[in-house]
Amino acid sequence: MEFIQSLLANQLLVSILLSAFPLVFIVLMVLVVLYTEMKVAAHIQDRVAYMRTGWHGVLQPIADMLKLLQKEDIIPTKADKLLFRVAPFIAFTGTYVAYAVLPFSSIYIGSNINLGAFFLVAAGSFVVIGILMAGWASNNKWSLIGGIRSASQMISYEIPTALAIIIVVVITGSLNLQDVTKFQDGGIGNWIVFGGPLPWTQKLILMPFTLLTFLIMFVASIAEVNRTPFDLPEAESELVQGFNTEYSGMRFAMFYLSEYANLFTVSAVVVSLFLGGWSSPFGGFMSGPVWGIFWFVIKAYMFMLMQIWLRWTLPRLRVDQLMFVSWKVLTPWLFVCLLAVGLILVI
Amino acid sequence: MSAIGTYFYSIFHSLYTVVVGMKITIKHIFTRSATVQYPNVKMKIPERGRNRLFVNIDDCIGCDQCAIACPVDCITIETIKSTPDMDLGMTSKNTKKRLYIPRFDIDIAKCCYCGLCVWPCPTECIVMTDVYEFSEYDRKNLIYSFSNMTAEEITAAQYRLEKYNEEQAAKKASAAAAAKESPASSTAPVMPPPIKPEPPAVEPNKG
Repeated sequence: MEFIQSLLANQLLVSILLSAFPLVFIVLMVLVVLYTEMKVAAHIQDRVAYMRTGWHGVLQPIADMLKLLQKEDIIPTKADKLLFRVAPFIAFTGTYVAYAVLPFSSIYIGSNINLGAFFLVAAGSFVVIGILMAGWASNNKWSLIGGIRSASQMISYEIPTALAIIIVVVITGSLNLQDVTKFQDGGIGNWIVFGGPLPWTQKLILMPFTLLTFLIMFVASIAEVNRTPFDLPEAESELVQGFNTEYSGMRFAMFYLSEYANLFTVSAVVVSLFLGGWSSPFGGFMSGPVWGIFWFVIKAYMFMLMQIWLRWTLPRLRVDQLMFVSWKVLTPWLFVCLLAVGLILVI
Repeated sequence: MSAIGTYFYSIFHSLYTVVVGMKITIKHIFTRSATVQYPNVKMKIPERGRNRLFVNIDDCIGCDQCAIACPVDCITIETIKSTPDMDLGMTSKNTKKRLYIPRFDIDIAKCCYCGLCVWPCPTECIVMTDVYEFSEYDRKNLIYSFSNMTAEEITAAQYRLEKYNEEQAAKKASAAAAAKESPASSTAPVMPPPIKPEPPAVEPNKG
């Protein structure tokens, strides 16, 4: 951040540039993830997708975005006008704000606050408000049901997310995501999912618990972004499109964009906390500030691939099963892990 | 099983099923896909399938059976009788053709591909081919005309027919008039002599 500041003397310009970087990144990443999702989904289902626009369809996501941009903006007559219009922007803002604390590289982090992880959980709640508003303002029973379900789901899965973050904090001692990543620097053995940079005796006992935490956080993060098997709010075969039903054109594009941006955010959080963020798995080889971005994006992309893979494997969970999983499975096991990690580190 | 037991069992069982499912899906990512990418690759269709109609107009005798059989009336046939002095040629079944066919239109947009027109044709000149890609931009191009008579030929045939009909009518009129003119004519109809049965030349054999 400092060297860009030295290039351009104007403080305001620097801030604008730095805050525009995640926006550009989101748009480009969404294009890549859309294409990946469609292609992977197609090959899992033994079919090909998108062969005609560009070579093997690489221009298709651009075509999709252009299509959404030029669609008519339909607002139902009885819809609550203000809430209806504002909801997609609140949802997107909640997602975008989380990019401020993601450590893309050792030199680039939007805002190096000491409460990075806590801030992420809080920003996640912001999205819930947007979805509730969308569900209510659409004046549509399916949207309402979808919105309420989504709100309950996201709130209940924030508990496991927050607990998993606490476990990592217990090991590293800091909520600052940049510090957590620096803590794991130095090669694959130092990653927290394998126990962290501790003497090997402690590590061996710690490893099963951190692995379990990692797994639980992964599941909770899928639920946070409303993806199958937890996609009841937008269960396409049951609720038409859930809270999205009445949205068309650019507003729908905002929800869509925020869904994929959220996908990247939670993958990135899992990667930063457990898999070493921007540090290279080889230690010194292929590491450096610019390589950092590469590793960060690649690891998050691997997670997104796993989420896409899960989406086309598993059937949807019923809403009571969803709640069961969150409160009765994820949370108790995380308490066990927290206890164990705390004990091991104290002894 | 106790409640705790079911609880642990269901957790491990569901994790196991997730892993099994993921193994299956990842196997499918690497299998060849089943899509036939249509305009570049075309699937083989059966050669005796019912697709676009074709009429071999040189074989058509103008019997109108296919037009009558068609359930949606998509075939329109108009014929002109030929005069006895004209030779239209033979069909493939070695019968003489007696009708000119100035109009044989099939509206292929109406055609329901039932194949009912194929069976009554005496010379098997209307057949269903295996062509299935014949979309047009203009609907008028979907009315297929199989007749190959030019306008001059049509007018010539009509003219000949008219002339022939007039001649026939004139002949009939003159014959009728000639019969009416002389009720008791000198030329009485000549009757041939009565035939007497002759006795048999040889006695029939007795015994």
